[in-house]
Order: sequence, then structure tokens, then C-alpha cells
Amino acid sequence: MIEAERLSFAYDRGPVLADVSLTVAAGELVGVIGPNGGGKTTLVRLLSGVLAPDAGVVRLDGRPLAAYRRRDLARRLAVVPQDPTLEFPFTALEVVLMGRAPHLAALGFPRAGDVEIARVAMARLGVAEVEDRPLDHLSGGERQRVLLARALAQEPAVLLLDEPTTHLDLRHQVGIYDVVHELARARGVAVVSVLHDLNLAALYCDRLLLLAGGRVVRQGPPAEVLDAGTLSVAYATDVQVTVNPVTGAPVVLPTR
Amino acid sequence: MRISARGTYLTPARLAWMTAALAAVLGLSLVGAALLGPVHVSLARALAGGDASPDRVILFRTRLPRVLLASVVGGSLGASGAALQGLLGNPLACPHVLGISGGAAVAGVVALVAGADAVSPLVPLAAFCGALASIAIVSGAARARGRTTPHAVLLVGVVFNALAAAVLMLVNALVSYTQAQGVLFWMMGSLSTQSYGLIAGSAVYSVVGLGWLVLHAHDLNLLTAGEEGAQQLGVDVERTRRSVFVASSLLVGAAVSMSGMIGFVGLIVPHLLRLILGPDHRLLLPASFLGGAAFLVWADTIARTVLAPAELPVGVVTALAGGPFFIFLLRRSLRRSVA
Repeated sequence: MIEAERLSFAYDRGPVLADVSLTVAAGELVGVIGPNGGGKTTLVRLLSGVLAPDAGVVRLDGRPLAAYRRRDLARRLAVVPQDPTLEFPFTALEVVLMGRAPHLAALGFPRAGDVEIARVAMARLGVAEVEDRPLDHLSGGERQRVLLARALAQEPAVLLLDEPTTHLDLRHQVGIYDVVHELARARGVAVVSVLHDLNLAALYCDRLLLLAGGRVVRQGPPAEVLDAGTLSVAYATDVQVTVNPVTGAPVVLPTR
Repeated sequence: MRISARGTYLTPARLAWMTAALAAVLGLSLVGAALLGPVHVSLARALAGGDASPDRVILFRTRLPRVLLASVVGGSLGASGAALQGLLGNPLACPHVLGISGGAAVAGVVALVAGADAVSPLVPLAAFCGALASIAIVSGAARARGRTTPHAVLLVGVVFNALAAAVLMLVNALVSYTQAQGVLFWMMGSLSTQSYGLIAGSAVYSVVGLGWLVLHAHDLNLLTAGEEGAQQLGVDVERTRRSVFVASSLLVGAAVSMSGMIGFVGLIVPHLLRLILGPDHRLLLPASFLGGAAFLVWADTIARTVLAPAELPVGVVTALAGGPFFIFLLRRSLRRSVA
């Protein structure tokens, strides 16, 4: 579905990504993990096409991103940003309806079906009751769920998430990943998500990509990537890995 | 069907109702303001009387052209202010504060001094080019890594504005006494014209600019998610930016070439309307045009009646209203960015 081939990228201050490759098939949920400054957000920006790589190429359905018109790309690929801020007081429903924009004519007036799609997405994320509140009156967690609802309303084939649960409590973290996981399984959406919480990553992701210093340290199923030795080096912190007695997923514990 | 001013989201019906309501307000303002003035004018006598009747002359030769011009200029400033606020993601932006009116005035004055006739279409064309260059310079200078930081835009604008004022003073010092009077008119802002032809000409500029902006109104909504966010929602940000630059310059060029620099209309009007109608640019842009028109019609009515028979420059009235308003908004925005 979406494949990144040998991506390299440098900002003015120096290289951020070097030789990163990643392929995500329809229905797969791939987690991107790694220490701060490892290049995770830059990878999301390259995969969404708002940055062009210095070397390498990102293909969606076999076509390079650069060959798409923005609007066509937005019909296939949606992004949930890390830090959602809006300067003007749009209501939550207006924000979610913006996800329909690539499917609508120039002036972007939603048809009844579009409003229905937006409201269903909001209900799924538990933000239906705040639809008429301005985004800046919502809590950080509500804002992030509204932004995920917007991405759902976009009805993409590929969904990119940049740490969508930073402001969320445990219940909503699990809630969001339940929705994302179901989206991958039931609708065949290819999902790439940056995560900080390694245990959440182990619980939901089919595969993990460990990025450190702009390079892929390891890529594979959670049980392979979440290895105490590998993580201790990548994060420069001693960790232990055990097994969750209920789910069988790896559990990462810092030690001191 | 219930139609509220704000609503949960914008429907074509609400757009139509709100636009019609504001158009009615503007229509009543035009009539009301034309009848007000130091000399009492009767509408009945003006309509019934012959061409030489004093009521008719005052109403149709003096008051009506002035009121119509105020509406074209106010509408242009209101709509361009709303568009610039949306494009720069900054509720404090307006053509005057950012120095875009100043840039347009410099270009217009240079065209005048270089020999263009005051009624020649070269003057609005020069003002348009000056506005376009100013927008490009101000937004370019305040932009880093694809983002325009709100306070950097204002800072660059203030400096650019001071620069434009200095150039106008310089021109003022270099030219003859009669030409200097013209330069002063541009700097203070005035709506005294008598030519329906000129008004119609600038109205064409304005309506084209407004229509062009409305075509990009939904893209401006999406741009509130930031440039990258808008791209991810399918907006061709560079194309939108260029279109808004050109369309806003048409509006500012039309306004400045007809009336000089009138400040703060483009700041106050979109801001108040956003509070009442919500931030959707599909409604906010036409509403700011109509609201800006009505606002300037009344500001000019105050300017020409409050000290009658003497007359205040209308720019003084809008600045007296707009300056404190701007400081209030800036305070609020600073408090929010600190919190």
C-alpha cells in the first residue's frame, strides 16, 4: 500500500534520517518507536508528502507521492498531527467536516452524507456531545480525538498518526488504539503510528520500526524488536523485558 | 428550519440568510447616511424636485457619491483584512497594520508624482502593484520553515509601515506645494469624491477581488490547521497563497487609490463578525465586505458631521476607534500565548 524506499533527509542543522525503508500493507498496523530526536516525526512528514526526501522515494499504490495532486493524495492518505492547534474558533464538527474537504467541490459545502460520516466518526471516538463547542474550548484529550475523527472522516486508505495519545489518560489511549486497530482489521487501512508508549506498541502493532539517530535499528514483530539489549542501547537507558501474563505481549520496564 | 447566526456548521441556507441580512443593513445605512449631514435634506423633495433643486444637488452630487465610495472602500478593507487574518493565521493582521496600505500608497503617490492624472487608471494599477509587493515582502520576511509566526508578521509589518510613511514624507518634501496637498490626502485618508465613474471603476476591482477570495474561502478555513495540515487535507497551499495575495491586493489597491490610507477597518470588522458569525471564511469574507462597507459609511458620517461645518479626515475616526481595539486584542493574544 505505502512503501518508503531508502529515505534520507537533512534539515539545515544536519541529517535526520538516513537510509530508512518501510513497507506497510493494507490492514497492517506498524508502530514507529525510538528515543526523542530519532527522526520519527520527520518520517511521518516524509510519508505524508509535506516534506520531500533528499534521497529515496515514497510510493503510494506504486506511484511516487510527488506524482499525486494534493487533493488526490488527501483522499487516500490522512494524518493525525502531534500538536493540534487552530488559530480560529471552529467547532468540533466543523473541524471533523474539514476531513471531507478532499471529497467535496471547491466551496466545500458538505452534503447530508458527509455530515453523517463526520458524526459517525465523532461518535466512535466519544466526542459526539461536544460537536458544537469550539476546538479551543476542549481538553487536550478531546482535541486529539476530534483530530482522529477528522482523519476517519477523510476515509483514507493510509492513516499516519504522530503520537496521537500524548494528552490522553489510560482509558482513552486504549480507546483510540482500539479504533485504529479495528480500522486496520475491518477496513483494511494501512496504519503507521508513532508511539512513545512501548507497551501500547507491543499490544496493538503488527510490526515495529525502531528508529534511533535517524537510522533503523531494528524492524519486525514486537517480540523481536522489544529486546532488552537493543532497547537499552537505543534509548541509552537500562530496561528489562518480561511477558504480560494475560496477553502474552512483551512488557518493557525501565530499571535503575 | 431554525437559522442562528453561529450554527454548528455553515450551510448554504445560513450563508444566504446572513449575507442578505448584512446587505439589508448596508442598504439602510447607505440611505440613512446620505440623508444625514449639516444641511437637512428631504428625500421626497430631492426625488420630486428638478435638477437644480438644492436637495437634489446635495443628495445626488455630494452625499450619495461619498456614501457609495465609503461603502466600496470599507468593503474592500474589511474583506482583505479577513483574508489576510486567515492566510497568516493571525487575528491581528489587517492591511493597514501590516503596511500593505502604506506600500500601496507609496506606489500610488509615485505614479501621481511621475505625472499620472489623478483619475487615470494608472493610479489604482500602481496601488495594486504596491500592495502586492508589500504583501509578498511582509509575509516573506516573517516566514520561516513554511510557517509565519504571528508576532513576527506584526513586527515586520510595523517596520514596513514606518518605512512606507517615511517614503511618503520624503516624496512630500520633494514635490511642489500643490502636489504635496495630494500626498497629504493619501496619508490621512479621505472620501471626498464626486465622480460616479471612478467609484464604479474601483467597485469593479473590489468585486473581482472579493469573488476571487470567496473561491478560496474553504482553503482559508483549512489553512487554520497550519500549512502542513492544510496540505494533508488536500490544499495546494502555494496556489492559495498566491491567489489570496493577488485578490487582497486588488481590494487594497482599489481602496487606497480612491481614499488614501484609512486604518483599522480591516482589523475591527472581521474580528467582530467572527465573534458573531463564527470563523468560516465562506461567510466571513462576504460578511466582512458588507460589514466593512456599513462601518466606513457611518465612520465617515461621523467624520463629516461631528465638527460641522468643519470636517475630520475619516482616517482619524477609524484610528480613534481602531487603535484602542488593536491594543485590547494584542493584550488578549499575549495573555493567551503566555498562559
